[in-house]
Amino acid sequence: MNKVGIVGYGITPFSKDDQKIETVLMDSTKELFKNNPEIDRNHIDAVLVSTNNNSKYLSPVLSEMAGIQPNVSHTIESLCNSGTNSIVSAYSYIASGLADVVLVSGAERYDSPGQILVWDDSRGEYKHPIFWASIFAKSYKREYGISDEQLAVVSVKNHKQAKENPNALSNKTYSIEDVLNSKKLTDDLRLLDCSRPCTGSASIILGSEEKVKQLSKNPVWITGIGQKTISAGFTKNISFSSIESTKLAGQSALKMADKNIENIDVAEIHDAFSVCEPMALESLGFSKNGKGMNMIKELHETDNFKINPRGGLIGTGHPLGATGIAQTIEITQQLQSNAGNRQTENPQIGLIHNMSAAATSSTVLVLEK
Amino acid sequence: MSFESKLTEGKFCIPECVGCKKIVWPPSEICSHCFESVHLREGNFEGKIIEFSRQNDQFFCMVEFENMIKIIAKISKAPEIGKNVKISKCGINDGNYFFQVI
Repeated sequence: MNKVGIVGYGITPFSKDDQKIETVLMDSTKELFKNNPEIDRNHIDAVLVSTNNNSKYLSPVLSEMAGIQPNVSHTIESLCNSGTNSIVSAYSYIASGLADVVLVSGAERYDSPGQILVWDDSRGEYKHPIFWASIFAKSYKREYGISDEQLAVVSVKNHKQAKENPNALSNKTYSIEDVLNSKKLTDDLRLLDCSRPCTGSASIILGSEEKVKQLSKNPVWITGIGQKTISAGFTKNISFSSIESTKLAGQSALKMADKNIENIDVAEIHDAFSVCEPMALESLGFSKNGKGMNMIKELHETDNFKINPRGGLIGTGHPLGATGIAQTIEITQQLQSNAGNRQTENPQIGLIHNMSAAATSSTVLVLEK
Repeated sequence: MSFESKLTEGKFCIPECVGCKKIVWPPSEICSHCFESVHLREGNFEGKIIEFSRQNDQFFCMVEFENMIKIIAKISKAPEIGKNVKISKCGINDGNYFFQVI
Protein backbone atom coordinates (compact mmCIF):
# COMPACT_ATOMS: atom_id res chain seq x y z
CA MET A 1 0.00 0.00 0.00
CA ASN A 2 1.16 3.53 -0.72
CA LYS A 3 1.80 5.78 2.26
CA VAL A 4 -0.93 8.40 2.87
CA GLY A 5 -0.65 11.71 4.66
CA ILE A 6 -2.40 15.01 5.26
CA VAL A 7 -1.64 17.83 2.87
CA GLY A 8 -3.86 20.59 4.26
CA TYR A 9 -7.13 21.43 5.99
CA GLY A 10 -9.77 24.10 6.44
CA ILE A 11 -12.34 24.56 9.18
CA THR A 12 -14.80 27.29 10.09
CA PRO A 13 -16.66 28.05 13.35
CA PHE A 14 -19.53 25.74 14.32
CA SER A 15 -22.79 27.63 14.84
CA LYS A 16 -26.57 27.44 14.85
CA ASP A 17 -26.74 29.28 11.51
CA ASP A 18 -29.54 28.47 9.10
CA GLN A 19 -27.54 28.09 5.89
CA LYS A 20 -27.87 25.92 2.81
CA ILE A 21 -25.76 22.78 3.06
CA GLU A 22 -23.93 23.72 -0.14
CA THR A 23 -22.90 27.03 1.44
CA VAL A 24 -21.77 25.29 4.62
CA LEU A 25 -19.70 22.79 2.63
CA MET A 26 -18.11 25.57 0.64
CA ASP A 27 -17.10 27.50 3.78
CA SER A 28 -14.39 25.10 4.92
CA THR A 29 -13.39 24.17 1.36
CA LYS A 30 -12.75 27.84 0.62
CA GLU A 31 -10.80 28.14 3.87
CA LEU A 32 -8.69 25.12 2.94
CA PHE A 33 -7.62 26.53 -0.43
CA LYS A 34 -7.02 29.99 1.03
CA ASN A 35 -4.74 28.42 3.66
CA ASN A 36 -2.94 26.23 1.12
CA PRO A 37 -2.43 28.25 -2.08
CA GLU A 38 0.21 25.77 -3.27
CA ILE A 39 -2.46 23.09 -3.84
CA ASP A 40 -3.40 23.04 -7.50
CA ARG A 41 -7.10 22.25 -7.86
CA ASN A 42 -6.39 20.65 -11.23
CA HIS A 43 -4.47 17.93 -9.40
CA ILE A 44 -7.34 16.79 -7.20
CA ASP A 45 -8.30 13.29 -8.29
CA ALA A 46 -11.29 12.76 -6.03
CA VAL A 47 -13.78 14.81 -4.03
CA LEU A 48 -15.66 13.02 -1.23
CA VAL A 49 -18.47 14.69 0.69
CA SER A 50 -19.38 13.53 4.19
CA THR A 51 -22.90 14.43 5.27
CA ASN A 52 -26.26 13.13 6.40
CA ASN A 53 -28.07 15.93 4.62
CA ASN A 54 -30.77 14.86 2.16
CA SER A 55 -29.57 17.12 -0.66
CA LYS A 56 -28.38 15.09 -3.62
CA TYR A 57 -25.25 15.02 -5.74
CA LEU A 58 -23.34 17.14 -3.25
CA SER A 59 -19.87 16.08 -4.29
CA PRO A 60 -20.26 17.15 -7.93
CA VAL A 61 -22.02 20.29 -6.66
CA LEU A 62 -19.13 21.13 -4.33
CA SER A 63 -16.61 20.29 -7.07
CA GLU A 64 -18.30 22.69 -9.45
CA MET A 65 -18.57 25.43 -6.82
CA ALA A 66 -14.86 25.03 -6.00
CA GLY A 67 -13.67 24.85 -9.63
CA ILE A 68 -12.58 21.21 -9.45
CA GLN A 69 -13.17 18.51 -12.05
CA PRO A 70 -12.32 15.31 -10.18
CA ASN A 71 -12.24 11.80 -11.57
CA VAL A 72 -14.08 10.38 -8.58
CA SER A 73 -16.81 12.26 -6.73
CA HIS A 74 -19.44 10.92 -4.37
CA THR A 75 -21.07 11.30 -0.97
CA ILE A 76 -20.47 9.12 2.09
CA GLU A 77 -23.08 8.78 4.84
CA SER A 78 -22.64 6.76 7.99
CA LEU A 79 -24.44 8.88 10.59
CA CYS A 80 -22.07 10.33 13.20
CA ASN A 81 -18.89 8.74 11.86
CA SER A 82 -19.41 9.74 8.24
CA GLY A 83 -16.34 11.97 8.55
CA THR A 84 -13.79 9.29 9.41
CA ASN A 85 -15.49 6.86 7.03
CA SER A 86 -14.82 9.41 4.28
CA ILE A 87 -11.20 9.74 5.35
CA VAL A 88 -10.85 5.94 5.24
CA SER A 89 -12.29 5.95 1.72
CA ALA A 90 -9.90 8.71 0.65
CA TYR A 91 -7.03 6.77 2.22
CA SER A 92 -8.05 3.68 0.27
CA TYR A 93 -8.16 5.51 -3.06
CA ILE A 94 -4.63 6.82 -2.48
CA ALA A 95 -3.16 3.68 -0.93
CA SER A 96 -4.41 1.61 -3.86
CA GLY A 97 -2.95 4.03 -6.41
CA LEU A 98 -6.32 5.09 -7.83
CA ALA A 99 -5.71 8.68 -6.69
CA ASP A 100 -2.87 10.88 -5.51
CA VAL A 101 -4.78 13.82 -4.03
CA VAL A 102 -8.27 13.60 -2.46
CA LEU A 103 -10.39 16.37 -0.99
CA VAL A 104 -12.73 15.29 1.83
CA SER A 105 -15.34 17.86 2.89
CA GLY A 106 -17.82 17.24 5.67
CA ALA A 107 -20.79 19.40 6.54
CA GLU A 108 -24.05 19.30 8.41
CA ARG A 109 -26.90 21.63 9.32
CA TYR A 110 -28.22 21.94 12.88
CA ASP A 111 -31.40 20.13 11.79
CA SER A 112 -29.65 17.08 10.31
CA PRO A 113 -31.87 14.06 9.61
CA GLY A 114 -28.94 11.90 10.74
CA GLN A 115 -29.64 12.49 14.42
CA ILE A 116 -32.24 9.72 14.64
CA LEU A 117 -31.97 6.24 13.15
CA VAL A 118 -35.59 5.75 12.12
CA TRP A 119 -34.94 2.13 11.09
CA ASP A 120 -34.14 0.98 14.63
CA ASP A 121 -37.64 -0.07 15.68
CA SER A 122 -36.37 -2.14 18.60
CA ARG A 123 -36.01 1.17 20.44
CA GLY A 124 -39.81 1.50 20.21
CA GLU A 125 -40.87 5.10 20.71
CA TYR A 126 -37.52 5.88 22.37
CA LYS A 127 -35.56 6.65 19.23
CA HIS A 128 -33.97 9.94 20.21
CA PRO A 129 -30.27 9.54 21.16
CA ILE A 130 -30.94 10.73 24.74
CA PHE A 131 -32.59 7.38 25.43
CA TRP A 132 -29.72 5.13 24.39
CA ALA A 133 -27.36 7.49 26.18
CA SER A 134 -29.49 7.22 29.33
CA ILE A 135 -29.36 3.43 29.18
CA PHE A 136 -25.56 3.56 28.77
CA ALA A 137 -25.20 6.08 31.60
CA LYS A 138 -27.39 4.11 34.01
CA SER A 139 -25.62 0.85 33.17
CA TYR A 140 -22.12 2.35 33.46
CA LYS A 141 -22.91 4.10 36.74
CA ARG A 142 -24.44 0.96 38.23
CA GLU A 143 -21.63 -1.37 37.16
CA TYR A 144 -18.77 0.82 38.39
CA GLY A 145 -20.41 2.80 41.19
CA ILE A 146 -20.00 6.15 39.41
CA SER A 147 -22.12 9.13 40.46
CA ASP A 148 -23.70 11.87 38.32
CA GLU A 149 -21.32 14.28 40.01
CA GLN A 150 -18.29 12.28 38.90
CA LEU A 151 -19.58 12.01 35.32
CA ALA A 152 -20.17 15.77 35.22
CA VAL A 153 -16.38 16.29 35.11
CA VAL A 154 -16.42 15.24 31.44
CA SER A 155 -18.63 18.17 30.51
CA VAL A 156 -16.75 20.61 32.75
CA LYS A 157 -13.39 19.57 31.24
CA ASN A 158 -14.54 19.61 27.64
CA HIS A 159 -16.28 22.97 27.90
CA LYS A 160 -13.13 24.38 29.49
CA GLN A 161 -11.04 23.05 26.60
CA ALA A 162 -13.54 24.26 24.00
CA LYS A 163 -13.08 27.79 25.33
CA GLU A 164 -9.60 27.67 23.79
CA ASN A 165 -11.04 26.57 20.44
CA PRO A 166 -12.15 29.54 18.28
CA ASN A 167 -14.30 27.21 16.14
CA ALA A 168 -16.25 25.70 19.06
CA LEU A 169 -19.99 26.21 19.46
CA SER A 170 -19.53 26.82 23.19
CA ASN A 171 -17.32 29.49 24.68
CA LYS A 172 -18.54 29.16 28.25
CA THR A 173 -17.11 27.29 31.17
CA TYR A 174 -19.28 25.41 33.65
CA SER A 175 -18.91 24.04 37.16
CA ILE A 176 -19.96 20.59 38.36
CA GLU A 177 -23.00 22.25 39.96
CA ASP A 178 -23.88 23.93 36.64
CA VAL A 179 -23.90 20.53 34.92
CA LEU A 180 -25.93 18.87 37.68
CA ASN A 181 -28.39 21.79 37.74
CA SER A 182 -28.80 21.98 33.96
CA LYS A 183 -32.10 20.81 32.51
CA LYS A 184 -32.84 17.23 33.47
CA LEU A 185 -33.63 15.29 30.28
CA THR A 186 -33.91 11.90 31.97
CA ASP A 187 -32.95 10.54 35.39
CA ASP A 188 -29.47 9.84 33.98
CA LEU A 189 -28.82 12.73 31.62
CA ARG A 190 -28.68 16.51 31.95
CA LEU A 191 -28.56 18.99 29.09
CA LEU A 192 -24.88 19.75 29.69
CA ASP A 193 -24.08 16.03 29.43
CA CYS A 194 -25.03 16.19 25.75
CA SER A 195 -23.26 17.29 22.59
CA ARG A 196 -25.42 19.65 20.57
CA PRO A 197 -26.32 19.35 16.89
CA CYS A 198 -25.08 22.36 14.97
CA THR A 199 -24.14 23.78 11.60
CA GLY A 200 -20.52 23.35 10.62
CA SER A 201 -18.02 22.09 8.12
CA ALA A 202 -14.47 20.80 7.98
CA SER A 203 -12.33 19.91 4.99
CA ILE A 204 -9.09 18.02 4.62
CA ILE A 205 -6.88 17.01 1.72
CA LEU A 206 -5.06 13.68 1.79
CA GLY A 207 -2.20 12.87 -0.53
CA SER A 208 0.24 10.17 -1.56
CA GLU A 209 3.73 10.20 -0.03
CA GLU A 210 5.12 12.10 -2.98
CA LYS A 211 2.38 14.74 -2.88
CA VAL A 212 2.58 15.19 0.89
CA LYS A 213 6.34 15.71 0.74
CA GLN A 214 5.88 18.15 -2.12
CA LEU A 215 3.01 20.15 -0.61
CA SER A 216 3.40 20.00 3.19
CA LYS A 217 6.26 21.46 5.20
CA ASN A 218 5.03 19.64 8.29
CA PRO A 219 3.76 16.22 7.19
CA VAL A 220 1.38 14.14 9.26
CA TRP A 221 0.78 10.54 8.23
CA ILE A 222 -2.17 8.21 8.69
CA THR A 223 -0.50 5.07 9.98
CA GLY A 224 -3.37 3.15 11.53
CA ILE A 225 -7.01 2.53 10.60
CA GLY A 226 -9.49 0.32 12.44
CA GLN A 227 -13.22 0.02 11.89
CA LYS A 228 -15.86 -2.25 13.33
CA THR A 229 -19.62 -2.43 12.93
CA ILE A 230 -21.42 -4.68 15.42
CA SER A 231 -24.95 -3.94 14.26
CA ALA A 232 -27.21 -1.06 13.30
CA GLY A 233 -29.66 -1.37 16.18
CA PHE A 234 -28.78 -0.15 19.66
CA THR A 235 -30.31 -3.13 21.43
CA LYS A 236 -27.85 -5.49 19.70
CA ASN A 237 -24.96 -4.00 21.70
CA ILE A 238 -23.30 -6.78 23.69
CA SER A 239 -22.72 -4.59 26.74
CA PHE A 240 -24.22 -1.29 27.87
CA SER A 241 -21.25 -0.31 30.01
CA SER A 242 -18.51 -0.78 27.42
CA ILE A 243 -18.20 -0.29 23.66
CA GLU A 244 -17.34 -3.42 21.73
CA SER A 245 -17.08 -1.72 18.33
CA THR A 246 -14.57 0.77 19.75
CA LYS A 247 -12.52 -1.93 21.44
CA LEU A 248 -12.17 -3.90 18.18
CA ALA A 249 -11.58 -0.85 15.96
CA GLY A 250 -8.95 0.46 18.37
CA GLN A 251 -7.11 -2.85 18.43
CA SER A 252 -7.04 -2.96 14.60
CA ALA A 253 -5.81 0.62 14.25
CA LEU A 254 -3.02 0.19 16.81
CA LYS A 255 -1.96 -3.10 15.23
CA MET A 256 -1.77 -1.53 11.79
CA ALA A 257 0.30 1.36 13.18
CA ASP A 258 2.42 -1.08 15.22
CA LYS A 259 1.78 0.95 18.35
CA ASN A 260 0.40 0.42 21.86
CA ILE A 261 -2.16 2.67 23.52
CA GLU A 262 0.63 3.87 25.84
CA ASN A 263 2.29 5.41 22.75
CA ILE A 264 -0.64 7.76 22.13
CA ASP A 265 0.15 11.33 23.20
CA VAL A 266 -3.14 13.03 22.30
CA ALA A 267 -6.60 11.77 21.35
CA GLU A 268 -9.96 12.92 20.10
CA ILE A 269 -12.73 10.83 21.67
CA HIS A 270 -16.35 10.70 20.51
CA ASP A 271 -18.07 12.15 23.60
CA ALA A 272 -21.55 12.44 22.11
CA PHE A 273 -22.70 12.23 25.74
CA SER A 274 -20.54 12.53 28.85
CA VAL A 275 -20.69 8.81 29.63
CA CYS A 276 -19.24 8.01 26.19
CA GLU A 277 -15.85 9.48 27.12
CA PRO A 278 -14.93 7.12 29.99
CA MET A 279 -16.51 4.18 28.18
CA ALA A 280 -14.45 4.87 25.05
CA LEU A 281 -11.24 5.46 27.01
CA GLU A 282 -11.72 2.11 28.71
CA SER A 283 -12.64 0.29 25.51
CA LEU A 284 -9.56 1.72 23.78
CA GLY A 285 -7.35 0.63 26.67
CA PHE A 286 -6.37 4.09 27.97
CA SER A 287 -7.62 2.96 31.38
CA LYS A 288 -8.94 -0.16 33.06
CA ASN A 289 -12.68 -0.86 33.06
CA GLY A 290 -14.46 1.44 35.47
CA LYS A 291 -11.41 3.69 35.90
CA GLY A 292 -11.94 6.06 32.97
CA MET A 293 -13.31 8.79 35.22
CA ASN A 294 -10.15 8.70 37.37
CA MET A 295 -8.11 9.48 34.27
CA ILE A 296 -10.50 12.24 33.15
CA LYS A 297 -10.54 13.83 36.61
CA GLU A 298 -6.75 13.85 36.80
CA LEU A 299 -6.42 15.37 33.34
CA HIS A 300 -8.96 18.04 34.26
CA GLU A 301 -7.33 18.90 37.58
CA THR A 302 -3.89 19.22 35.98
CA ASP A 303 -5.19 21.15 32.92
CA ASN A 304 -3.81 18.43 30.69
CA PHE A 305 -5.52 18.63 27.29
CA LYS A 306 -4.48 15.12 26.18
CA ILE A 307 -8.07 13.94 25.70
CA ASN A 308 -10.35 16.01 23.48
CA PRO A 309 -8.15 19.12 23.29
CA ARG A 310 -10.59 20.97 21.00
CA GLY A 311 -13.38 20.43 23.55
CA GLY A 312 -14.85 17.19 22.28
CA LEU A 313 -18.30 17.00 20.78
CA ILE A 314 -19.78 18.33 24.02
CA GLY A 315 -17.84 21.59 23.87
CA THR A 316 -17.31 22.00 20.14
CA GLY A 317 -20.73 20.93 18.89
CA HIS A 318 -21.60 17.95 16.71
CA PRO A 319 -22.27 18.68 13.02
CA LEU A 320 -22.40 14.95 12.23
CA GLY A 321 -20.75 14.80 8.81
CA ALA A 322 -18.03 17.27 9.80
CA THR A 323 -17.19 15.85 13.24
CA GLY A 324 -14.73 13.09 12.26
CA ILE A 325 -12.92 15.46 9.92
CA ALA A 326 -12.74 18.19 12.57
CA GLN A 327 -11.34 15.63 15.02
CA THR A 328 -8.68 14.63 12.46
CA ILE A 329 -7.80 18.28 11.84
CA GLU A 330 -7.35 18.79 15.59
CA ILE A 331 -4.92 15.89 15.90
CA THR A 332 -3.07 17.12 12.80
CA GLN A 333 -2.76 20.59 14.36
CA GLN A 334 -1.57 19.04 17.62
CA LEU A 335 1.13 16.99 15.85
CA GLN A 336 2.18 20.06 13.88
CA SER A 337 2.41 22.07 17.15
CA ASN A 338 -0.15 24.43 15.67
CA ALA A 339 -3.00 24.16 18.18
CA GLY A 340 -2.61 27.50 19.95
CA ASN A 341 -3.72 27.53 23.59
CA ARG A 342 -4.89 23.93 23.24
CA GLN A 343 -1.43 22.64 22.38
CA THR A 344 -0.33 19.54 24.27
CA GLU A 345 3.33 18.98 25.02
CA ASN A 346 5.26 17.85 21.95
CA PRO A 347 2.93 15.05 20.80
CA GLN A 348 4.32 12.56 18.29
CA ILE A 349 1.39 10.18 17.87
CA GLY A 350 -2.33 10.94 17.99
CA LEU A 351 -5.57 8.95 17.85
CA ILE A 352 -9.05 9.74 16.59
CA HIS A 353 -12.13 7.86 17.80
CA ASN A 354 -15.40 8.49 15.97
CA MET A 355 -18.55 6.37 16.33
CA SER A 356 -22.10 6.03 15.05
CA ALA A 357 -25.62 5.08 16.02
CA ALA A 358 -25.45 4.34 19.73
CA ALA A 359 -21.91 2.98 19.50
CA THR A 360 -22.87 0.21 17.10
CA SER A 361 -20.04 1.22 14.76
CA SER A 362 -16.63 2.80 15.44
CA THR A 363 -13.69 4.13 13.47
CA VAL A 364 -10.25 4.68 14.98
CA LEU A 365 -7.37 6.39 13.20
CA VAL A 366 -3.73 6.72 14.28
CA LEU A 367 -1.77 9.74 13.05
CA GLU A 368 1.99 10.29 13.29
CA LYS A 369 4.45 13.02 12.53
CA MET B 1 -48.18 -11.97 7.82
CA SER B 2 -45.34 -9.64 8.77
CA PHE B 3 -44.18 -8.76 12.28
CA GLU B 4 -45.38 -5.26 11.59
CA SER B 5 -48.88 -6.39 10.59
CA LYS B 6 -49.17 -8.39 13.81
CA LEU B 7 -47.85 -5.45 15.81
CA THR B 8 -50.51 -3.24 14.23
CA GLU B 9 -53.06 -5.68 15.66
CA GLY B 10 -51.45 -5.25 19.07
CA LYS B 11 -49.70 -8.64 18.99
CA PHE B 12 -46.02 -9.03 19.80
CA CYS B 13 -44.65 -12.12 18.03
CA ILE B 14 -41.24 -13.76 18.01
CA PRO B 15 -39.81 -14.01 14.50
CA GLU B 16 -38.18 -17.41 14.03
CA CYS B 17 -36.48 -18.96 11.00
CA VAL B 18 -38.32 -21.93 9.46
CA GLY B 19 -34.93 -23.38 8.47
CA CYS B 20 -32.38 -22.97 11.25
CA LYS B 21 -35.00 -22.14 13.95
CA LYS B 22 -32.98 -19.16 15.18
CA ILE B 23 -34.72 -16.02 16.37
CA VAL B 24 -34.39 -13.22 13.84
CA TRP B 25 -34.12 -9.84 15.54
CA PRO B 26 -34.71 -7.08 14.51
CA PRO B 27 -37.72 -8.62 12.78
CA SER B 28 -37.26 -9.43 9.13
CA GLU B 29 -38.94 -11.67 6.61
CA ILE B 30 -35.57 -13.25 5.77
CA CYS B 31 -33.34 -15.05 8.29
CA SER B 32 -30.06 -13.19 8.84
CA HIS B 33 -28.29 -16.51 9.54
CA CYS B 34 -29.37 -18.77 6.65
CA PHE B 35 -31.63 -16.56 4.47
CA GLU B 36 -34.59 -18.92 4.87
CA SER B 37 -38.02 -17.42 5.43
CA VAL B 38 -39.25 -16.46 8.88
CA HIS B 39 -42.45 -17.36 10.65
CA LEU B 40 -44.00 -15.58 13.62
CA ARG B 41 -44.41 -17.40 16.90
CA GLU B 42 -47.36 -16.08 18.90
CA GLY B 43 -47.56 -16.21 22.66
CA ASN B 44 -47.69 -14.34 25.91
CA PHE B 45 -43.93 -14.03 26.26
CA GLU B 46 -42.11 -13.25 29.44
CA GLY B 47 -39.09 -10.97 29.32
CA LYS B 48 -36.58 -9.69 31.85
CA ILE B 49 -35.73 -6.05 32.64
CA ILE B 50 -32.03 -5.49 32.02
CA GLU B 51 -31.83 -1.67 32.31
CA PHE B 52 -34.07 1.33 32.80
CA SER B 53 -34.27 5.08 33.24
CA ARG B 54 -37.00 7.71 33.53
CA GLN B 55 -38.09 10.77 31.59
CA ASN B 56 -40.23 13.10 33.70
CA ASP B 57 -42.62 10.72 35.45
CA GLN B 58 -42.42 7.99 32.84
CA PHE B 59 -40.10 5.03 33.32
CA PHE B 60 -38.70 3.24 30.29
CA CYS B 61 -36.77 0.01 30.35
CA MET B 62 -34.82 -2.37 28.19
CA VAL B 63 -36.40 -5.81 28.22
CA GLU B 64 -34.83 -9.01 26.96
CA PHE B 65 -36.85 -11.96 25.64
CA GLU B 66 -35.49 -15.48 25.10
CA ASN B 67 -31.89 -14.25 25.60
CA MET B 68 -32.01 -12.63 22.18
CA ILE B 69 -34.67 -10.00 21.59
CA LYS B 70 -34.24 -6.64 23.30
CA ILE B 71 -36.72 -3.78 23.13
CA ILE B 72 -37.16 -0.47 24.89
CA ALA B 73 -40.58 -0.26 26.50
CA LYS B 74 -42.68 1.93 28.74
CA ILE B 75 -43.41 0.70 32.23
CA SER B 76 -45.74 2.34 34.71
CA LYS B 77 -44.23 1.09 37.99
CA ALA B 78 -40.63 1.64 39.09
CA PRO B 79 -38.63 -1.06 37.27
CA GLU B 80 -36.26 -3.50 38.93
CA ILE B 81 -33.30 -5.09 37.18
CA GLY B 82 -33.91 -8.80 36.61
CA LYS B 83 -37.68 -8.59 37.15
CA ASN B 84 -39.84 -10.62 34.76
CA VAL B 85 -42.40 -8.66 32.76
CA LYS B 86 -44.86 -9.22 29.93
CA ILE B 87 -45.99 -6.99 27.10
CA SER B 88 -49.24 -5.31 28.06
CA LYS B 89 -49.61 -3.10 25.02
CA CYS B 90 -47.82 -2.71 21.70
CA GLY B 91 -48.45 -1.32 18.26
CA ILE B 92 -47.44 1.30 15.76
CA ASN B 93 -48.11 4.97 16.31
CA ASP B 94 -47.20 7.57 13.67
CA GLY B 95 -44.88 5.02 12.06
CA ASN B 96 -43.06 4.24 15.31
CA TYR B 97 -43.29 0.93 17.14
CA PHE B 98 -44.29 1.22 20.77
CA PHE B 99 -44.12 -1.31 23.57
CA GLN B 100 -45.46 -1.25 27.11
CA VAL B 101 -44.73 -3.88 29.75
CA ILE B 102 -46.09 -4.78 33.18
